[in-house]
Amino acid sequence: MTEHEHQHGAEAHVVSYGRYVLIWLGLVGLTGATVALAGIDLGRWVIMTALTIASIKGLLVLNEFMHLKFEDRVFRIFALVAGVVLLIFITLTFFDYAFH
Amino acid sequence: MITSAAAAVPHGHTHRDDVGSRMGMWLFLFTELILFGGMFVVYAVYRFDHPAEFELGAKELDTLIGTINTMVLLTSSLTVAMSITAIQQGKKRLSLLLVGITILLALMFLVNKYFEWHHKFESGLYPQSPELLNKPPGEILYFGLYFVMTGLHALHVIIGAIVLAVMMVFIQRGSINKDSYVKLEAGALYWHLVDIIWIFLFPLFYLIH
Repeated sequence: MTEHEHQHGAEAHVVSYGRYVLIWLGLVGLTGATVALAGIDLGRWVIMTALTIASIKGLLVLNEFMHLKFEDRVFRIFALVAGVVLLIFITLTFFDYAFH
Repeated sequence: MITSAAAAVPHGHTHRDDVGSRMGMWLFLFTELILFGGMFVVYAVYRFDHPAEFELGAKELDTLIGTINTMVLLTSSLTVAMSITAIQQGKKRLSLLLVGITILLALMFLVNKYFEWHHKFESGLYPQSPELLNKPPGEILYFGLYFVMTGLHALHVIIGAIVLAVMMVFIQRGSINKDSYVKLEAGALYWHLVDIIWIFLFPLFYLIH
């Protein structure tokens, strides 16, 4: 970069096709795993395993496909805040609900 | 893997803030997250109330068609991500092809969804149908949430496909090019969000039984 470079965010991150295909294979594999696990009676762990696998898939899409890992730290803080807000919604709803 | 294209941009070029543009898109995506998040809260509470009836409802969905649609959306996320690499490398035709495949996969998803809903309607399952109203309250809630949440998601798929079609026009005309492709990035971000929402809808409606 030259000292005259003013343009914010002009730094490009070129991700190889191979890496994208690798991530896609991981996502397909996790989908297979979650479908296979659904056939087994895990009792109360059914929801936990399904949501854990879905969260891993979501994080892969966020970080790799959506380039969150390349962005400024403030993007990740925003994403974290959005996720925590959603978690607070769910937790508070259940607190309210459980003590009705 | 990481290259700097910044040096290629001539000094004195029109002002542009790609990071700002992307941040605007991310902020919009957070509002989408809260929109669907509210529905997930409703789902969680009613499921907590009627676990057995939600399981019965989930048994009536076709896991195979749900799995196929998951694969279709994951693949469409791959092709739209690759279209950005293509435009960064200046491969206009490849980028157009990849966005085009993404739109075709979106249509494939919608066709599957159509058949799925059509099948449900034919067996008498649609909002307020006599067949559905005869079921226990938990199942009525389950199918209500199923139609609203997958319906709103399908609406997002339609909007995403239209947005990506506009991106194809921009690429064709050259307003999205090797040095300026933030519009395509924003379109792709929207598409990936649609994928992430489905990643959570799929197990919650099809797999929990």
